[in-house]
Amino acid sequence: MMRDQSLWFWHVAAGVAILLLAGLHMGIMHLDVILGVGNPAGGHPIDWANVVARGKSVAFLLSYVLLLGAALFHGLYGLRNILFELTAARGLRALCNAILILLGLALFILGTWAAVAGRQMALQA
Amino acid sequence: MNERADLQAPKDITYRVRRFRPEEDQRPTWQTYRIACAPGMTVLDGLWLIKETMDPTLAFRASCRMGVCGSCGMLVNGKPRLACNTQIAELGSDIVTVAPLPNFDIVRDLVPDLCSMFDRHTALKPFLIRPDEQEQENPRGEYQQTTHDMEEYLQFSYCIKCGCCMAACPTLATDVLFSGPMPLSQAHRYNADSRDGGFDVRKEVLAGTQGPWRCHYAGECARVCPKGVDPAKAIQWMKREMMADLLGRRAPSAPAGLVTAPPAAKPRPGIPPAPARTVGA
Repeated sequence: MMRDQSLWFWHVAAGVAILLLAGLHMGIMHLDVILGVGNPAGGHPIDWANVVARGKSVAFLLSYVLLLGAALFHGLYGLRNILFELTAARGLRALCNAILILLGLALFILGTWAAVAGRQMALQA
Repeated sequence: MNERADLQAPKDITYRVRRFRPEEDQRPTWQTYRIACAPGMTVLDGLWLIKETMDPTLAFRASCRMGVCGSCGMLVNGKPRLACNTQIAELGSDIVTVAPLPNFDIVRDLVPDLCSMFDRHTALKPFLIRPDEQEQENPRGEYQQTTHDMEEYLQFSYCIKCGCCMAACPTLATDVLFSGPMPLSQAHRYNADSRDGGFDVRKEVLAGTQGPWRCHYAGECARVCPKGVDPAKAIQWMKREMMADLLGRRAPSAPAGLVTAPPAAKPRPGIPPAPARTVGA
């Protein structure tokens, strides 16, 4: 288990990553008329052709996985802080750590699998 | 009656004091006293008046009466303050509610048990640490420090360990493992001291659960400090220093050496010699 010094660093780093990646998402999905990026087929960002085009891109796949990892770490670290304020018992804190790590890994694997599977479908479309 | 005479007139004030006598009380209770408040009277003066004329069993801790010793920290009208440094008139109320500092166990009445604070303080080694063990145990003299170096930590050295910041800290109220604003600001005070070489020693504690990581940025510690110290700022600076250390970007610096004597000056005719040096001789 990392010490709090390292965990806090990654918490902040994940926050910056979320800011950038969520900013990218907002730019592509909501500022398409102004920016005109990530939608090669033109039209609306959620048109099937644009979704498939983004789905084929390895860069988008990486950005989805990175955003997922950053959001999970950032959120679960915050939840850990809240839970730790409810108990100072070392045993319960260790249990919280174990549950949150397992939960985070499970959600990360599930989300990554969904992103990779989505890319496979896009490549076949 | 003119305005000045009105200010001089005694005024009846109600003191609501939280009482707790561990030998007979299961839980704290409130007791009310009426006193005549003279102009310039502090909350501590009122407590002494009650103790001397009404209720000698009332227990509180006080010493210097001038906001220096930090003994009389208590919760006055809902805010942690020094009782000796708080005039009743400035409270703007005819009711003065006095309770022991929160976030501490109560020894008796208004006396908090500050051991938990000083245990945390001690764990962070609040003293100059020298890399040379011989020098640590038997310092050979004074260490060099410029005014600029001193300003890096000066405001944090004004802390009088009254416990007001610890009482105001919402993180400490819920997380008993958190070191709290006073110990953390004092750890920063020594980490920022150019004469100190103990960052790595203190880091052993600061990098873990007792470090600054759970601070909520509420800033209450800085707001209530009777000496104008800003522990919240110390905590944020400490985080910055710890992050620089984690990333290997903390500039290594040896603690300042001993003050050395300047080269002997040639005596000039008609100019009296300088007095003998007191340091660096």
